[in-house]
Amino acid sequence: MAHIDGRGSRLPAILRGIALAAVLVFFLFPILWIFLMSFQSNDQILRIPPSLLFRPTMINYTSLISGKLQTAAGSLDLPFMHNLFNSVLLSSASVLVALVLGVPAAYAFARFHFRLGEDIAFTLLSFRFAPPLLVLLPLSLYFKDLHLSNTYVGLIWVYQLICLPLILWIVRGYFEDASPDVEYAYRVDGHSWWRAFTRIAIPLAGPGIAAAGLLAFIFAWNNFVFALILASADKQPVTVGALAFVTASGIQYGQIAAAIVLSILPTLALALYAQRWLVEGLSLGAVKG
Amino acid sequence: MTGLSLRNLHVKFGRHEVLRGIDIDVAPGQTLVLFGPSGGGKTVLLRSVAGLEPAARGQVAIDGADVTSRGPEARGVGMAFQNFALYPHMSARDNIASPLQARGVGPADVTARVGAVADLLRIGHVLGHMPKELSNGQKQRTALARALVGQPKVLLLDDPLRNVDAKLRYEMRLELPRLLRSAAAATIYVSQDYREAMALGDQVAILLDGRIAQSGTPEEIYDSPASVNVAKLFGDPPINLLPCRPTDAGNALHVAVAGLQLSVRAERAAIGRACLLGLRPETMSIHADARPNAARAQILATTPLHERLVVLLRAATGEEIVASVLGALPPAGAPVWLSADATHALLFDAETGERITAPRAPREIAA
Repeated sequence: MAHIDGRGSRLPAILRGIALAAVLVFFLFPILWIFLMSFQSNDQILRIPPSLLFRPTMINYTSLISGKLQTAAGSLDLPFMHNLFNSVLLSSASVLVALVLGVPAAYAFARFHFRLGEDIAFTLLSFRFAPPLLVLLPLSLYFKDLHLSNTYVGLIWVYQLICLPLILWIVRGYFEDASPDVEYAYRVDGHSWWRAFTRIAIPLAGPGIAAAGLLAFIFAWNNFVFALILASADKQPVTVGALAFVTASGIQYGQIAAAIVLSILPTLALALYAQRWLVEGLSLGAVKG
Repeated sequence: MTGLSLRNLHVKFGRHEVLRGIDIDVAPGQTLVLFGPSGGGKTVLLRSVAGLEPAARGQVAIDGADVTSRGPEARGVGMAFQNFALYPHMSARDNIASPLQARGVGPADVTARVGAVADLLRIGHVLGHMPKELSNGQKQRTALARALVGQPKVLLLDDPLRNVDAKLRYEMRLELPRLLRSAAAATIYVSQDYREAMALGDQVAILLDGRIAQSGTPEEIYDSPASVNVAKLFGDPPINLLPCRPTDAGNALHVAVAGLQLSVRAERAAIGRACLLGLRPETMSIHADARPNAARAQILATTPLHERLVVLLRAATGEEIVASVLGALPPAGAPVWLSADATHALLFDAETGERITAPRAPREIAA
């Protein structure tokens, strides 16, 4: 809690603390509960009433990492680590491709007015609000013909439906907010347009690019339906792979919890890493209107 | 032709013609103040010279070389933007060094030249600061330093004193002529402030409706504005314009306005035509006692402006007139008499707005 000067403001400070705590508990409790579940066996989890005190077990994590799941019905192969690898690969590659394509496109839409520009931008946005299943049926037929079914390239391509519009529209807003005069000044200094783009426009839109990239990564990470239909087991991400925990001998809650914890980690790490760019001010007070 | 020359410059945005045929010549070491109302295309003209205006048509030549087809990076101009346009993620030093680095000047040379121009503009102590840590005045000087450091042949200054406070504006108005002379560039200085134009301009060009309405020395434009619109723009407090119909008075025209009887030298063709008489506030005098050729008036309001007093009066005949006078006024409420110096009176055709009185020989005036 921040210290607030003056005795009269103690009560509001306490109330604010309570309110903050309530909000935090509301949002973080499910994650905490899953975290605790991941150290319990299925029997402990299903016990009623649930116990906060238990002997933690690493069995969920070891079985996930080793890929062998012991159930009452026997040993089961779990490709979870491979799914996790797929998730990381698909999400990062999609975001990278979307950044390479989307940032220059966003710049063009922000700075230049060309024929059908708004229509093209809107069409790209419409990929976001079209129901994915509508696109998937024709896509799965095309993918079969193009031999793109069950390939990383095909999935990364389809993931552009998620990442590209997000990056394009968020980054475009940041480019539009930055005064073009700053880039003009750089060109008048004698620098080429490419250098003005890479040395001025991109650094100034940095927070926006970081935010858009992070958001696109999260959306790509959480995608379920594209990979479910267009890929089979060895190319599927964790979201689809989690289906394997529903086994003939019951639902493996402990493993699901451990899998969730493991699959939160990469996104969390990325968010913490991107944070320093997110908070940096946009124009840093150089331009006065 | 050395320096900068613009020929038949046109800029059209859609169906809106911003500039319609601009011809301008600025010699090296000379400053042309581009003066006009806001939204009149002054910035567009500067951007066209810098190569930042894709819609520009016409010819731009710098030191005799036609640069019309060159991009902004290949024209070798220095430009200071109205909003400073500093690079927010670079220190003041890197901001100023940018034109030198673009030209591949060696690091030792860059340091020396940035240091020299920073000393000239008295910002040497803040070179390590980021733009957000600079005061407005320092930002403005940094932007000027960046424009000057490469010793460009053409210098474009877009109303650089617009966004700085009054005290700094006053200081810079004194300092800029010296700086601009030392730069020895052909300078276009955009301004909406008539005092700046008077203080800085070797030449003034009035940009109205996309054309140069008049160009000349500041004194020429002040004394002999080509039209009512130029007269209204150029001068602060603005000129008094009073409708009148001149009558014949032998070798001059006789004009009666607001109780004043003035004899004005102008073409006889103006006799009987609807005209506007322009009286600069500085050519009006206020007296405490009745005297010939003075009209009764009443003081409505008084504002000090620099060393002068700007006085709003109402003549006995009802017209409101602004006078700008030196020295003390009669006590409040006392009757006053107003007179005008007829030799500085300007007569304009009410229909076309053009000046009818003959141009006057330049004279010194107090701004």
